[in-house]
Amino acid sequence: MLQIEDLQVHLGDKEILAHIDLEINAGETHILFGPNGSGKTSLLMTIMGYPQYRVTAGKIRFKGEDITHMPVHERAKLGIGMSFQRPPSIQGLKTRQMVAICGGKKEVPVDELAAKVNFTEFLSRDINVGFSGGEIKRSELLQLMAQEPDLLLFDEPESGVDLENIALIGNTISRLLERDLKPGPEKTCKEMHKKRKRMGLIITHTGFILDYVAADRGQVLYHGVLACKGNPIDIFRQIKETGYEECCRCVL
Amino acid sequence: MRTLEEKAREAKNKKAALGPDVDLDAFDVRAEEHPRLQNLGQVGQQDRDRLIQAGVDVTEAGRSGSYLQKDATAVYAGAKDEGVEVIPIKEALEKHAWAREHYWKLLSVDVDKYTARAFTDLHDGYVIRALPGSRAFFPVQACLYLEKQNLSQNVHNIIIAEEGSELHIITGCVTAAHVSRGLHVGISEFYVKKNATLSFTMIHHWAEDMMVRPRSVGRVEEGGLFLNNYVCMKPVKSLQMYPTTHLVGPGAVARFYSLLVGHPGSELDVGGRISLEADDTRAEIVSRAITNGGKIIARGDIIGERAGVKGHLECRGLILKGGEIHAIPELKGRTEGVELSHEAAVGKIAQEEILYLMSRGLSEDEATATIVRGFLSVDIPGLPEGLKEQIDQAVDLSQKSVL
Repeated sequence: MLQIEDLQVHLGDKEILAHIDLEINAGETHILFGPNGSGKTSLLMTIMGYPQYRVTAGKIRFKGEDITHMPVHERAKLGIGMSFQRPPSIQGLKTRQMVAICGGKKEVPVDELAAKVNFTEFLSRDINVGFSGGEIKRSELLQLMAQEPDLLLFDEPESGVDLENIALIGNTISRLLERDLKPGPEKTCKEMHKKRKRMGLIITHTGFILDYVAADRGQVLYHGVLACKGNPIDIFRQIKETGYEECCRCVL
Repeated sequence: MRTLEEKAREAKNKKAALGPDVDLDAFDVRAEEHPRLQNLGQVGQQDRDRLIQAGVDVTEAGRSGSYLQKDATAVYAGAKDEGVEVIPIKEALEKHAWAREHYWKLLSVDVDKYTARAFTDLHDGYVIRALPGSRAFFPVQACLYLEKQNLSQNVHNIIIAEEGSELHIITGCVTAAHVSRGLHVGISEFYVKKNATLSFTMIHHWAEDMMVRPRSVGRVEEGGLFLNNYVCMKPVKSLQMYPTTHLVGPGAVARFYSLLVGHPGSELDVGGRISLEADDTRAEIVSRAITNGGKIIARGDIIGERAGVKGHLECRGLILKGGEIHAIPELKGRTEGVELSHEAAVGKIAQEEILYLMSRGLSEDEATATIVRGFLSVDIPGLPEGLKEQIDQAVDLSQKSVL
C-alpha cells in the first residue's frame, strides 16, 4: 500500500503541496480532482520521485518501505508506474524498444500488447515524436501494460483522446487496475475483489473515467491541500454543480 | 597544359584550406610488401577482430566482393558477383583505359599537399565498378589496414556505378592494435551514372595519434542516387575532410549521413558539400556529433544553382563530458526558386528524457546510454536491410567507448 504522511513539497522556492495525508490500500483506486494549478500533477510526480519536486517534510511509504528520497528508477522497480500527460519525445528510440524496456528483465510480447491498444503501426516510430495527444495516451498505457506496476499513476488519461478511442482507454485502465475481474462459478464477487492488488491514483477533469472504473475514493486537491475525500461520483457531481468554489470553504 | 606531375610538384607544400597542417616528412612513405592472399580466410585472428569492427568480414558471407590493403600492398581483391569488378588501382590503371579515364577527373591533383602526395607517392587503392544494369545483391567490402607504425598510407579509390546499376559498398579504415601513430591520405572519386544507385558507407577506426586527410568528390548523373554514410567513433588525433558531390543530371539525389564521436585529444573537422546543378535535384545532409572531451567541427554546405531544387541540412550535436562542437551549416542559393533549409542544434541530453526512462526502470547510466544510442541511430532510406544491420552493429561496438 501507499502511505503519505504530512507531505510538504517545494518546486523551486515555491511550496506547492502542504500537509498531504493520503493512504491507498492494496486493490484501491482513488480519483484526484482539483482545479488547474492545484498541485495534482506535482503530487503524482512527487510519488514517482522526480527530483525537482523537493520533499521538505513528511514521508512517503510504499509496500512498507520509506521511499521519500528513493531515486526514480528504484521506485519503478519497486512497482510504481506512471502515465504521463506530456512525456518527452526521444529521437531514435523506437516505441517497440521503449515497450521492451518497460518490461525490465521480463520478455514482453510487444506485438500482442500493442494490438490491444491499436498501436501496432506506431511500434516502428520514435517514441512520442509527432504523436498526437490521444496517441501519447495509448503509448503510455502500452508502456504500463508492459511494466505491470502495482501502483499506477494516471495524469489525465483522457485529455486529447477522440471519442472513438475513449472506451478503449477506459477499458484498458480498468484492466490495468484489475477492475475487469468478473465473478464466475469458481469465485464470488467478494473473493474477486480480495484478489485485486493493484492500486491506482487517477487525475481527471472530465470524470469520464468514472464510467469505466468504479473508483473507491475521490480526493480533491485545492491550493496544494487535500480538501475533501469521499465517494468519487458524489464529489464529481458536486464539482459539476458548484465548481471548486465549494471546496474553498473546506480549506479555509 | 600542365601535367599531373607538374601540378603535384607545385602543390607539394601547399597547405590545406582547413584543418591543422601536417608535416608530411614526419611520416615514412615506404612500407615493406605484404604477401598477397589467395582468399580472406588467410587473415590472422588478431586482424580479423579489428576488421570486423569496421564492418569487414573475412568470411565474405553476404558480400559481393572484397578488397583488402595492408599498408602499401593490395593483398586481396576479388569479386563474387559477376556484375561487379574489384581491382587494385595500380593494376587497373595499367590494364584498363576506362580506369585511366576516371583517374583525377573529379578532383585536382593540386588541391593541397595531400592530393599531391597521393599522386606522387601512391601506394595503391581500389577500383570498384558495377557494370551497366547490374544489381549486386550484397555489398562489396573494402578495407584499408594500417599495420606499420608511423606510415603515411597514400591511397586512391575510384568507384563507378555504371548506367542503371545498383552498388553498395561498406569500407573500413582500421589501424592494427599496436599502431598508434600514422597518416592516412585517401583520394576517392565517385561516379554515379545515369539512373544508377550507389551507397557508400565508410567506417573509420583510427588510433589516438593518427592524422587523417581524405579527399573525395562525387558526380551524379541523371536519375542517379548517391548515399554517402560516414561513421567515426574512435579516437583520432586529427581528421579533416569535406567530401563534395555534384548533382549534374536532372533528378539526381545525394544524401550524406555522418556519425561522429570526439574523444579527448581528438579534433574532427568533417563536412559535406552537395551542389545542385541540374533541374529537380535534391540533397540531404545529416550529421550527429557527440563529444566527450574532443573538438568537433561539423560543416555542411548545400549550393542551389537551379530553380526548384531542394536541399536540407541537419546538424545535431551533444556535448556529454566537456569538449566543443562547432556547427557550421551553410546554404548558398544562386538563383530564384531554390528551396534550401537547415536546422542545427548543439546541447546536452535533456534531463527530462533521462527521468522518463528512469520511470520505466532504467538506471541513470542505462538511460543515458539509451538516449545516446537513439541519437546515433539515423534512418537512412535506401540502404539494404543487411547493410543497415552492419552499421548498427558497428555503432553498437563503438558506443561502449563513448560513455
